[in-house]
Amino acid sequence: MKGVSCRWLVLGGAALILLPFALELLLGNGWVRIVDFALLYVLLALGLNIVVGYAGLLDLGYVAFFAVGAYVYALLNSPQWGLHWPIWIALPAGALLAACFGVLLGAPTLKLRGDYLAIVTLGFGEIIRIFLNNLDSPINITNGPQGIELIDSLHFGSLSLGQMHHVLGLRIPAVVNVYYLFLVVVVLGMVFSHRLERSRIGRAWAAIREDEVAAASMGLNTRNLKLLAFAMGASFGGLSGGLFAGFQGFVSPESFTLQESVMILCMVVLGGMGHIAGVVLGAMLLAILPEALRAAGDWEQMVFGRIWVDPSNLRLLLFGMALVLMMLRRPGGLWPSNARRNELQGQ
Amino acid sequence: MATFFQQLVNGLTLGSIYALVALGYTMVYGIMELINFAHGDMVMVGALVTLSLTHVLAGLGVPLALALPLSLLGAMAVCMALGWLIERVAYRPLRRAPRLAPLITAIGLSMVIEQVAALLWGRGYLTFSLPVSRVWNLGGVVVTPIQTGVLGLSLLLMWGLLWLVRKTSLGRAMRATAQNPEVARLMGVDTDQVISMTFVLGSALAAVAGLMVVAYYGIGNYTMGFMLGLKAFTAAVLGGIGSLAGAMWGGLLLGVVEALGAGYIGDVTGGLFGSNYKDVFAFLVLIGVLIFHPQGLLGGRAGEKV
Repeated sequence: MKGVSCRWLVLGGAALILLPFALELLLGNGWVRIVDFALLYVLLALGLNIVVGYAGLLDLGYVAFFAVGAYVYALLNSPQWGLHWPIWIALPAGALLAACFGVLLGAPTLKLRGDYLAIVTLGFGEIIRIFLNNLDSPINITNGPQGIELIDSLHFGSLSLGQMHHVLGLRIPAVVNVYYLFLVVVVLGMVFSHRLERSRIGRAWAAIREDEVAAASMGLNTRNLKLLAFAMGASFGGLSGGLFAGFQGFVSPESFTLQESVMILCMVVLGGMGHIAGVVLGAMLLAILPEALRAAGDWEQMVFGRIWVDPSNLRLLLFGMALVLMMLRRPGGLWPSNARRNELQGQ
Repeated sequence: MATFFQQLVNGLTLGSIYALVALGYTMVYGIMELINFAHGDMVMVGALVTLSLTHVLAGLGVPLALALPLSLLGAMAVCMALGWLIERVAYRPLRRAPRLAPLITAIGLSMVIEQVAALLWGRGYLTFSLPVSRVWNLGGVVVTPIQTGVLGLSLLLMWGLLWLVRKTSLGRAMRATAQNPEVARLMGVDTDQVISMTFVLGSALAAVAGLMVVAYYGIGNYTMGFMLGLKAFTAAVLGGIGSLAGAMWGGLLLGVVEALGAGYIGDVTGGLFGSNYKDVFAFLVLIGVLIFHPQGLLGGRAGEKV
């Protein structure tokens, strides 16, 4: 951060503040919405980066924590239970419960080797989804496959972000309100991650990632440290889930499939495991790519008169190939951190 | 009591399929300590290729008794080639990479195989029906010819694999490579070739398992390999990963646990949970085994090589 001069920070900040207006003018409201979702993915990727990038634990069920956060917010702010709690209770509650689930999952499994952990987390993600799908009986908690509707939009007291506001003669639609909230949360998440990485805990994680046996023999409590990584990563997921529920106004188990977990993992791996700027880049790229591919679908339709390759199909195909190729050619990711690059070349 | 025996028969059939797939996981893991996530998708490829070839051959007027074995051979050839290719292109360059790398590659491969299959076969469900309507009724327990065929064929294949690993020179080379690749190489074993052959063998078994799945359930789909692969992996862990006999017992046991669990969960919990939770059993078994007895039922090697 030291190398970045004050001027660039101010310029970058101004650009980020003006971005939604520019997007709205040039491409329309739809694109502001896409960027909002991209910011949520950035937050998710930052959280998974703590688990995979810093601590080196492969979590394939990360979307479960996202789901927990989303359902907590949905239950506390919808007609489902008739509750309408303020967001400074609902969002932390989701993050906290997600962290608890992280510990619950981690406690029995973290003494296992990395590859077993991957499978168990994958199974955990599926179990959560199966429960969300089926907990509409005997007591209706999640409303089953239909999901929960009519969730209150994000609001601070009487100030709802789900409505258009007029400030100094400027029209600020809902998507732009939400953009600013998400931007603040993402920036806080980045600062938090950055501080965490350079803290005593962050260094301990790096030691565990590189050689667990050596780290343990240096006196690190590897199990507790790994649990902490799980809990912190999970709380990012839970927070992001709450924001998602409040923004979308609707949650259902469909949003929390294994494919989402893999997509978030792709973001971290493609961007550069353990490098915040890389992870943000990866998340932005992969969140916006499907929109570009949709355009490719229209183009196909125009040129060939039919859709040869379904865009959503193509998206997953490209992600899979990217994962394989990255591991072969650029294991550090598109934008790896200097330290990580040195580690990998030292191998 | 009839329910119990009926679920036992269903469980054994399903379990023998799990066992065949679990063998593929356990062989690869035993030799190179890698979880080959793409193995479940290999079953899917085997299933869909068999299905398509049978339809094509039936269209040409070839009788089913001939078309089915021919399609199976074709599917085995496709899977073996794919298995060989995957190992060669994606896994071999990563032998010395950090542990996370081959795992991530495996996830990527699994996605690529599934999406290519979706492009080739579409996203819908493909049906496959064998014209066998006869069933045997043994005191209230219904056994179909397909079930007996699945059980018989998988037992035969497992016996064949055990013979191959225990008695042939390739088997001896495989066991040597699993114990210590460096020393095996010094003793003149071509370990690269042994690893290739392991993938090829596992893929051939996966193709047979694929045929069994479509014959048993009557439908196939590009996502069918995912859950099956997970369960087979669970079976391999349950039996003790790296152990061939363990994979077989683990597979059979998991199939029975799942069938009995799905059959009785409604009664036991007073209708609170239904059989829609049946996929949860495999994961509970997996987590339970990993926590309390991580070396599995028959696994010898405990702890990690440092």
